[in-house]
Amino acid sequence: MEIVKKGTYVQVHQIVLNVGERAANLPEETQKVPLEMWVKGYLNHDAKLGDEVEITTLTNRVVKGKLVEVNPCYKHDFGKFVPEILKIGQDLRRMLKDGE
Amino acid sequence: MADYSYNAVMARKNEIMKKAVGIDYSKFQTSTIAFDYEKMMRETGYTLQEVQEIQRSVGVGNTPLLELKNLTALVRKISPKGKGARIFLKDEACNPSGSFKDRRAAVSVYHAKKLGYKGVVAATSGNYGAAVASQAAMRNLDCIIVQECYDSRKVGQPEILEKQRKCECYGAEVVQLTVGPELFYTFLRILEETGYFNASLYSPYGIAGVETLGYEVAMQCREQIGKDPDVVVITHAGGGNVTGTARGLIKAGAVNTKVVGASVDLTGLHMASDKDFNRKSFTTGHTGFGIPFATWPDRSDVPRSAARPLRYLDRYVTIKQGEVFYITEALAQLEGLERGPAGNTSLTAAFYLAQEMDEDQIIVVQETEYTGAGKHHMAQLSFAKENGIEVKFGNPEDERAGTNIILPEHPSLIRARDVDLIKLKKSYIKNCIENYKVDEITEKDAEFLAEDTKLTLEEVKNILSEINVKVVK
Repeated sequence: MEIVKKGTYVQVHQIVLNVGERAANLPEETQKVPLEMWVKGYLNHDAKLGDEVEITTLTNRVVKGKLVEVNPCYKHDFGKFVPEILKIGQDLRRMLKDGE
Repeated sequence: MADYSYNAVMARKNEIMKKAVGIDYSKFQTSTIAFDYEKMMRETGYTLQEVQEIQRSVGVGNTPLLELKNLTALVRKISPKGKGARIFLKDEACNPSGSFKDRRAAVSVYHAKKLGYKGVVAATSGNYGAAVASQAAMRNLDCIIVQECYDSRKVGQPEILEKQRKCECYGAEVVQLTVGPELFYTFLRILEETGYFNASLYSPYGIAGVETLGYEVAMQCREQIGKDPDVVVITHAGGGNVTGTARGLIKAGAVNTKVVGASVDLTGLHMASDKDFNRKSFTTGHTGFGIPFATWPDRSDVPRSAARPLRYLDRYVTIKQGEVFYITEALAQLEGLERGPAGNTSLTAAFYLAQEMDEDQIIVVQETEYTGAGKHHMAQLSFAKENGIEVKFGNPEDERAGTNIILPEHPSLIRARDVDLIKLKKSYIKNCIENYKVDEITEKDAEFLAEDTKLTLEEVKNILSEINVKVVK
């Protein structure tokens, strides 16, 4: 596997609370899963994806975790086209113009 | 070495918070339950004029008040003759980071800088994160935003993913967590580790920041229309938007204006559920915050919340997810304003409330928010479909949060449904008795409860006697 160089901007993953350590009064489905955390920062040493690593964040905090992404990017978008939305505008414009 | 276990950190909560907010709340406590709210706001907050200056210096506030003529015309088409109030919209998306939250962040971050903190931290998945990050950038402070973002599959709510991007574009560090209230533990650890300021949404600074919004609404109505608004509709979640806006209206002397809160109805979905997390299409402005924060405001991240909505609400209504998406599209198509769906919660309620009002009356919707990838009704409806939620046209009365989203077949099917405020007030009083573990309270406590619920002392005493709590001298 490729080596990720020290100083690369990465994202790490950490388990904050394991199953069994979680707060009381949580719904069952939440009790059954750990509390997980993701943080981004600069890698403090060469490593491979999946390694336990140490990073320095933008506020100079040192955080440990599993290396999960290199140069993490944004993937959210406008989703798939939803045709129902188009109908709303057409209906309303017609209603205003024609006086229904 | 300090103990960083969950229980040890939670036990240090008050000590950590005192350092991170810089307020000694104990000095406002006047009895077991009672505290001097106005004294707290006066002594720890800023005056309206000071807040105006702080906000002006960073380009926050003084947003336009727009008349929505086509939406008003549509309302009149479906209203009885003579009904259909004029709808006005305060375009808060014009603030630097795109929402009214800049008003709150402006004061908190100014205060943090003044006290010499090197950075600010906020626990928020919403617009407030972007606002704090933007203000911190302007004032050259470090910023960390702690978000509840993913379910256990690492599927992120599109709106929260967008907020992460926006915070990071202002140079903030974003810490992302899976679902669960233990976010507070991570938040406390970061405060302790960094010594940064807790830019809480619920501090007096955060609330004072919103007062200018209510004040501007009153002044702009007087300038543009020549009178005070009859109704102001405010999206209600944690209570700060309602509290600050209402206080601003009062400070402007608009004491006859009715204050209406509106939340998206998410009944049936559990806010701490890993499964329900991505089955909702709204991450704030919903009943999952609106009701618990009304009936127990001191659940927040500070000992005494400055957001106390029951003091100010004249009416509280809920609307459905599908109705908000419908009105969001209507705002774009009929008014040429593309804005984020969550910010249109109060607009959706106003669309119905205007139908009950006379044509010469004024209803003001006091916010909009920015929109973009993830934070858009197209993104949310598409995401809902991917998560097995049925999206269809029909009667919104048939909508069940987490199962379906019903877009109204016709605009006349949109409704604002009243929440029984008296029931919420009783529930708040009961929560006070239970949380402070008392079976009798002082006259001072009873007077405080009357102020805190906008009830008379006699009404409070009647409620107390219903639950067998004595009032002693």
